[in-house]
Amino acid sequence: MAKATASLYAQKGYQLSLAARNVNELDAFASDVNIKYGQQPHMVELDLLDYNSHELFYASLVQKPNVVICFVGYLGEQEVAQKSFEQAKLITDTNYTGVMSMLNIIANDFESQKAGTIVCVSSVAGERGRKSNYLYGAAKAALSTYLSGLRNRLHESEVHVLTVKPGFVDTEMTKDLDLPGLLTAQPEEVAKDIYKAEQKKKNTLYTKWMWMWIMLIIRNIPESIFKKMNL
Amino acid sequence: MKKLKLSAWGNYPKIDANIFSGKERHISQFVSTAKDIIPFGNGRSYGDSALSESVVNMRKHNYFLDFDESTGTLHCQAGVLLSEIIDTFLPKGWFLNVSPGTKFVTVGGAIASDIHGKNHHVNGSFSSFVTDFRLMLPDGSIITCSQTENAEFFKATCGGMGLTGVVLDARVVLKKVNSIYIDQTTIKTKNLDETFKAFEDYKDATYSVAWIDCLATGKNLGRCLLMVGEHSDDGDLNYKPTGKLNVPFNFPSFTLNKLTVKAFNTLYYNRVFKKISNQKITIDKFFYPLDAINNWNRIYGSNGFTQYQFVLPVDKSYEGLKQILSKIAASGKGSFLAVLKLFGKGNENYLSFPKEGYTLALDFKIEKGLFELLDELDKVVLDCGGRIYLTKDSRVDKNTFAAGYEKIDEFRRIRRQNNFTTTFSSLQSRRLDL
Repeated sequence: MAKATASLYAQKGYQLSLAARNVNELDAFASDVNIKYGQQPHMVELDLLDYNSHELFYASLVQKPNVVICFVGYLGEQEVAQKSFEQAKLITDTNYTGVMSMLNIIANDFESQKAGTIVCVSSVAGERGRKSNYLYGAAKAALSTYLSGLRNRLHESEVHVLTVKPGFVDTEMTKDLDLPGLLTAQPEEVAKDIYKAEQKKKNTLYTKWMWMWIMLIIRNIPESIFKKMNL
Repeated sequence: MKKLKLSAWGNYPKIDANIFSGKERHISQFVSTAKDIIPFGNGRSYGDSALSESVVNMRKHNYFLDFDESTGTLHCQAGVLLSEIIDTFLPKGWFLNVSPGTKFVTVGGAIASDIHGKNHHVNGSFSSFVTDFRLMLPDGSIITCSQTENAEFFKATCGGMGLTGVVLDARVVLKKVNSIYIDQTTIKTKNLDETFKAFEDYKDATYSVAWIDCLATGKNLGRCLLMVGEHSDDGDLNYKPTGKLNVPFNFPSFTLNKLTVKAFNTLYYNRVFKKISNQKITIDKFFYPLDAINNWNRIYGSNGFTQYQFVLPVDKSYEGLKQILSKIAASGKGSFLAVLKLFGKGNENYLSFPKEGYTLALDFKIEKGLFELLDELDKVVLDCGGRIYLTKDSRVDKNTFAAGYEKIDEFRRIRRQNNFTTTFSSLQSRRLDL
């Protein structure tokens, strides 16, 4: 998803800075962008779990971004995490704490400049807890709530915040899951949806679009029934 | 791994398969312990060559790694589609040296099938323009193969249907062009004699291919529209991929029958009035007319279809084609896509399909009596010393296949000597004992 979106933004003429933990794994992708769109992306190393490094990371960026798009997702293993605090904490820290720490710093900078856009990928899994992935869902729920608060706070400073809630996407994270074809988006479709929503300054994006309606139904199932369901 | 219903472009056969995807190091771990796996690109071969209970999905490995403008050499990952190459490079004045009838095949697939195009008689097949590639072997290790380095593996892998390992990335040489257009000449012929003469007359044309009316009989037998083309030189490189129609669901299987195909063929043949006419059409229209319709394979219905493609040596082509076309017309199992082409000389690869002579490709929907008809056609092909194209095949038998390929024992030896057989196999390779 991140690469498909980055590729689309490069195609639209944005200069890319790519931040990742193992940034050299992005070398092939960077060559691809360079050959296709004639730009060499800036590559920077960033470990979201190393909270103390975030201030320095952002301060050391030679060119500060005006659009930040954050793709962080760690599904983890629900059943393992139920028994292992380590695993549960890793899911929470990756999906929420690390992102929150980094976005705090970016938000402060954008607020003082009174400009900028923050796009952050949360998940439909954060809308209701299900036994199959509620630890991941809970972290994403925290992230969605954080983002809506951030949007509220930054509205006055004309900083835009877009929350992206993908349903099923055919990515590395889901490569071993059997996903229903019609409900599953390709990363390229998600990228297009994100670009469009960001340009139009939408607040929340469900992708594919039908997830908005699916989640409307799922949110409205009475808890007394929901607790008996196998979703 | 995830389980999916998997089939290639012919929608026949359909099997349950485990799909493995992952980064290079994950593939390496997987390959070193797996059995009976086959690499899978974009699923555009027709039959069972990329089908196995476990497949390695390479489509997502689709990055360009480097481009050397001085030589036109593109280094890219194996899952890159030819369409992706065209989208990026045609506007810069580069095009594929060898292009098949669809641009939706991966570079890895193009190597595994050693695909050919409308210029085979001039330029040979895809592997002629592959400088080298990296190949993952059964133990998960990686070697580089070229005409000079690991040459035996190069010759076994080009045309080797993925049975010698996983191609990870390759260097492919592009050619300079100065237009997105092709200057096309269409020659309308009345029968097989005229068709052969037309191919002979236009043998110096860069591109040539004929659509043949396979339901025509008697004095019309072998009538065709021969299309030859050259790259235009008008400097227009403003390329926009053709917009797409879609076939949203499988048509009922009776949609294509003797009457509808005959009607189509008659209309298609008679849409051209003049004996010789000239057109200027885009590269997309010239090379990939069917790519304009998404999922066109669905018109054959849910039972799927097969493509039958063979080549006959030049001296046997006339008699052989006459017999085959007569048998098809008599059976009434018409194919509206029937493509005839004159190949140039073959290459050194062990299983590459093209060799000098006429090749005919025909689509047939899977129905009762079809395989019996194809068995009969096989006999004619065998008698003429011809061969069948693996990339289109889902049904040929072991002996018929083997009789057409002189170097098949070399290929089998390499597979067995290097322990390829336990790790890499497809439904097709098991049927043919490759």
